Amino acid sequence: MTTLLIAEHDNNSIGDSVRKAITAAHEIGEQVDILVAGKDCNSVAEEAAKISGVNKVLICDNDIYAKHLAEPYADLIVSISSNYNTFIAPATTTSKNFMPRVAALLDVPQVSDITSVIDNQTFEHPIYAGNAIETVKLLAEKKVITVRATAFQAAEGQEAVDIEVVDSASSPELSEYISEELTESDRPELTSAKIIISGGRGMQSGDNFVLLEAIADKLGAAVGASRAAVDAGFVPNDYQVGQTGKVVAPELYIAVGISGAIQHLAGMKDSKIIVAINKDEEAPIFQVADYGLVADLFKAIPELETALG
Amino acid sequence: MKIIVPIKRVVDYNVKIRVKSDQTGVELDNVKMSMNPFDEIAVEEAIRLKEAGTAEEIIALSIGPQQAQETIRTALAMGADRGILIKSDQNVSPLNVAKIIKAVAEEENPDLIILGKQAIDDDSNQTGQMLSALLGWSQGTFASEVKLENDKLLVTREVDGGLQTIKLSMPSIVTTDLRLNEPRYASLPNIMKAKKKEITEKNPEDLNISIEQNLEIIKVSEPTQREAGVKVETVDELVDKLKNEVGVI
Repeated sequence: MTTLLIAEHDNNSIGDSVRKAITAAHEIGEQVDILVAGKDCNSVAEEAAKISGVNKVLICDNDIYAKHLAEPYADLIVSISSNYNTFIAPATTTSKNFMPRVAALLDVPQVSDITSVIDNQTFEHPIYAGNAIETVKLLAEKKVITVRATAFQAAEGQEAVDIEVVDSASSPELSEYISEELTESDRPELTSAKIIISGGRGMQSGDNFVLLEAIADKLGAAVGASRAAVDAGFVPNDYQVGQTGKVVAPELYIAVGISGAIQHLAGMKDSKIIVAINKDEEAPIFQVADYGLVADLFKAIPELETALG
Repeated sequence: MKIIVPIKRVVDYNVKIRVKSDQTGVELDNVKMSMNPFDEIAVEEAIRLKEAGTAEEIIALSIGPQQAQETIRTALAMGADRGILIKSDQNVSPLNVAKIIKAVAEEENPDLIILGKQAIDDDSNQTGQMLSALLGWSQGTFASEVKLENDKLLVTREVDGGLQTIKLSMPSIVTTDLRLNEPRYASLPNIMKAKKKEITEKNPEDLNISIEQNLEIIKVSEPTQREAGVKVETVDELVDKLKNEVGVI
């Protein structure tokens, strides 16, 4: 039997999270096919075909999959499910939307956000916002799994494998795409950035985030925020790093004016190096920081910008 | 319109949880329990739809031990009209929860089911989507705005890149994200009134549901702790360490 990995993509390129989810799929130890469903998504399929360890790519090109709506997407996956015993996807907001639907239609449980593969049935995943790690064993014949991409290494490349066209499933016509407001940015994506600089309530206003953006531009970093900063309206919701926002694990994470609530730590504590800049020396963020600077951020950040040259 | 709001009793979100030393789970004895915060947002949204004249009746539904009745009372005090408790002392997985809610929905015929996008204990983020699949209804997950427009539901969703708006046929399932609303506190008169509101109790067997355990919890352990590092005195010292000690910039 084979594993089906459902690709995260925007119809143009494949998400970095897919290369990491492939690694998890291989640890489960079966042959891996990738499904690319979307509209005009040939370039995605070609990219997928070159990821190391992919057996073959299935492409399904149809308007109804253009925006990855959960209902038609789940129906498509179920329509080809007899060939597979494991269904896996990186845990993004897209797959969190359709994967539980797939599991319910197959009448099997799902394990969300796995961070480690123990054997082909047994997985570790965080619960209680990462304050505990649960080891679970799936007893059903078919397994549905989402992967916390930051916990796995990205797979390398290979010679392109075959791309096979699969038929669309009929659309249940329950939902319709209306519009989207995506944050435009020339900076890297939070989830794939090597360096992230995040601001918290200590930033005092959205305007002050330009201070962080200046550093981000010098370091080629992404800009993030704590839930407090998002709730205060300083920055949009997609900046949020934390248990209910994005989970990140960059080489360097710089937390500025962030106290370090459990919910924020859960989203960034796997970063390789953590720097905290905060004027409150008792702030919990210092308990996880490799380098802590107790300072007024409005003095320290301009100094940092100068020091970076 | 009739709305069901499924709610879960979980460890209060301000409690620092402790893993049991025998690794069988998290310590729940003598720990403050509350309504899952995302479910509070769901209750609030239902009440706002009622206050706007869109909904007529709100049913708060919980699956759990007898004490989950207290969680239902909280929802009733906020403004839900009546409660249903499906009693179960065992750990009920999201798929089983979805099956139970489906069975209740088939008895009650709601137009809308609003629930939290995830419970802060198991962090699964599955129940709403599973329920939607089992009922064959539309789903609007991670909602930050919900509007009824000519028999269709317009839901704005929080997605990785920003916001997405979709239009859903009714009946529908909505799961709430943090920014949908700010839940109210129950007033004392409403807490008193809630004591008189009806809560129906049932067992899963009454709904012809047997809870299948097709997922085994092997153990629950402590996460690896991160050690605190060093304090630096100046920005220059920080930059020097990042460049020369760890080489990340």
